[in-house]
Formats: sequence, structure tokens, C-alpha cells
Amino acid sequence: MSGTLSSLSPGLADPSHDAQQLFREVLDAFSHPGRIVTLADAPQGPGMISPAATAYLLTLADRDTPLWLAPSFNTPEVRDYLRFHTGTPIIEDRAAATFAVLSHDDADPFEGFASGTDTYPDRSATLLIEVPALGTGPVRTGRGPGIKGETQLAIAGLDDWFWRQCATNHALFPCGVDLIFTTGSQLLALPRSISVEVSPCTSR
Amino acid sequence: MPDTSITEGAYNYAYLDEQTKRMIRRAILKAVAVPGYQVPFGGREMPLPYGWGTGGIQVTAAIIGRDDTLKVIDQGADDTTNAVSIRRFFAHVADVATTTRTEEATIIQTRHRVPETPLKGGQILVFQVPIPEPLRMLEPRETETRTLHALSEYGVMQVSLYESIARHGRISKSYNYPVQVNGRYIMSPSPIPKFDNPKLDRSPALQLYGAGREKRIYAVPPYTPVKSLDFDDHPFEIERWNECCAFCGSTESFLDEMIVDDAGKRLFVCSDTDYCEGRR
Repeated sequence: MSGTLSSLSPGLADPSHDAQQLFREVLDAFSHPGRIVTLADAPQGPGMISPAATAYLLTLADRDTPLWLAPSFNTPEVRDYLRFHTGTPIIEDRAAATFAVLSHDDADPFEGFASGTDTYPDRSATLLIEVPALGTGPVRTGRGPGIKGETQLAIAGLDDWFWRQCATNHALFPCGVDLIFTTGSQLLALPRSISVEVSPCTSR
Repeated sequence: MPDTSITEGAYNYAYLDEQTKRMIRRAILKAVAVPGYQVPFGGREMPLPYGWGTGGIQVTAAIIGRDDTLKVIDQGADDTTNAVSIRRFFAHVADVATTTRTEEATIIQTRHRVPETPLKGGQILVFQVPIPEPLRMLEPRETETRTLHALSEYGVMQVSLYESIARHGRISKSYNYPVQVNGRYIMSPSPIPKFDNPKLDRSPALQLYGAGREKRIYAVPPYTPVKSLDFDDHPFEIERWNECCAFCGSTESFLDEMIVDDAGKRLFVCSDTDYCEGRR
């Protein structure tokens, strides 16, 4: 252990009720893909990873959900914080991860993560991707379950190559990984069921 | 005298422990991501028998919070044993407000009906499901039905509907009528009357389905197409009645038939008690 107990930042103030509230906000995001949801009670966490990603992991990660951290987030502070508050195993093997925290500029963000099988598509990873901003940047059109007709979504910091990978991921349906984009205390979910057009319609 | 009352703090909030709630919450998110696919989960023993809504209760317990307003219906009625006991259970263990008004509820747990009052965005409808696998009566082996879903090989279901037409002249299935979700998975809508199937299609509310004995959770996100299976020359149809509700006069709602005297006099009344009371 690199830190001491006194140097750890606090987790959820009221674990049962805060986790319930945060889960409902995450569920709202999942059932309305493209909607930017603000997690009002997201704790500050250890720094490095956003309050939204921190809140997501405090709510849903535990000893049953191996976590993979991109090198930029794989610091002693983050590891100690998540291990202490969630008990989640932090692993090196992408294929075994239930959750992963990545940066928007990581190369090959989809590579190597479990996308489930045809018979068990639920045995797949959920990727938390930290981005500079939500609601700004090139605007793309998304369609699929949870969206009435179509929705416009803008996520800063992702290039066309990322969106081509995202289209490939959608083509695997019902397999594929689920994506959550986080910045500050905001979060936007794109489950594998959603198709997003690769070419943007405009810039915002 | 033994004290049989539940002591304050004897149970975790909403009955389930936090570890179990996290597991169920993860299953719910997968279910929303793959609409109509049955996600296995580690179903817990609940303080009521299988068949009384153990799946629905676990889903509700994993999502409910102190700000929620809960409505529970059993075959449309708020005042039947199952509905009353589940509503009391959550009022006790989750400290939530309860209601019988569809429009006031944030979570509606239901056994075998969808409310007549149209649901709104932000509401969550939790179904109690006895047999989640729509192909189970046609193929008893789980390994086989799982493969059929994986391959999207649903011919056996179409054949069963065809056989019904060949034998009865129409598709005789009147409840638990199979649907296809977003053009992919065939799903059991739980034993709701087929009258309710059109309400599932592109509903603004989130639909969560919990099967306790079979330990499966599945979901239909808002605005998702839900198509009742049929044939071009035998299109899907819902029930119609020549009578209207004896209490409120509705000709639009699902009616229950009651025999009211020894001479066999019949009366038709709304199955949805809240809808009916609101119209009187």
C-alpha cells in the first residue's frame, strides 16, 4: 500500500441511498442513450478520474467485477481509492475486465475487451471513456432503443476512427461492449444497441 | 410473548443487501443494452413463495429509493392480496410513498396487466414474470432455446402460431402473446392479456421484467418497437367486447366478466380499478 487510510478521499457519504440515487441516474442515461445526465451527488474521488466515472464505479463495481485502468489512470491513488471503497480487483488483462476506464485519446479503445458471446451477450465489458466535454464538438445522429426517432449527440475529443470502431461494435449486436462517456459530474451512455452515424452532420 | 414485529434496522434498506442490489443493477443495465434478451442473475430467496412476484420484487428493491412513489397492481387491481402485501412490504422496508393512481407513480410493479392510463416518460413498469422463456413450451431444453435466440431462429414459434390457425381458424393465444423486440429477440411479455400488447410498443416508460424462480431479468427501453407476432393474412388483433363496464361505462378498457347471481346473470367491469374509479 502506497497511501495511508487518512490520505484516502471519501466515497459515498450514505452508501445505500447515494448508490440508489446514482444508479437511477445511470439507468436514466442507459434507457435514454445520448442524454447528458448530471450526477449531482458524485463524490470528488481521488482526482485523475472524473467524479462521474468515480460515482459509476462506487455504485456498480465490487469484488465480482474486475476493473481495467488505462495507464494514465492506473496510479496508486486511484488504485487505493477504488480497492478500499469497492473491493474491485484491478487487473492487467483486458479480456477479463467487467469495467474499464479509458481516456478519449487512448489507441484501440475497443481492442481486447470481452464483447460477450452469441448465447451470452451479457458477458461483455462496459467501457467508461473520459472525454474533455459532452454537448460540444461534432454533432452526430444516433438511433436505436431508448431514442424517440433519432437524437443528436456531441462528444468532444473523439475522431472519426473512433466512431468507425463504434459502428463495428454496434454491428456485433447482440454482442458488443457498452460505452459510457464521462466528464466532470456528467455522463452519457451509448449501449451497443445504438447506431451512431460516423460522419458528423455539423460542428457545434 | 415473542415480538414478531420487524425491529427498526433489522434489514438493509429495501430488504436486499447492497452486494445483491449491485448485482441486480448490473443485470438491469445489460438488459437495457440488449432489449428482449434474458439476462441471468443470482436470484435471492424472498420472504414470499415463487409465483407471488419474487422476480418483480427483486427488481423493484434494486431500483427503489425514498423519493419514489410505488403502485402495485395484480391483474389490474390495487386491492387484491398480492398487490396489497407487496405494497405494504415496500412501504415498510423501503420507506416509500405508495399510491393507487397510475399518473402519480414513479414505479409500477404489475402482475399480468398494463395500466389503461397511458404511461409517461420517467415511469418504470416492473413486470412479475413466471416463465421468461417464450419458447419454453415448444422446446424444454434451456441449451436449445438459448441457441435458437443466438441464431435468431424463431421458425418454431411461427409454426406454433400457424398450427393454431390451422386448428382454430385464428391465433388462439389470448395472453402471454409473443412479441419481437426491436426486430431481434422474441420475448414473453409475461401473462398480460394480448389486449395490453400494443401498450408495450414504443412506450415512453421503461419496462423491466423480473423472473424470480427462473432467475432472469429482461427489459424494453422507452420508445422501442415491440411487435406482436402474426401473419400477413392473419394480422394481430386484440379482444373486443360488445358490453361496456357496468361501473364506469368504458368501452375502451379490458373487461372482467363476473357472474353476480345464481341465475347466471353476467356483469362486465374494468380490470383496471384505478382507471375505473377515475371515470366514475
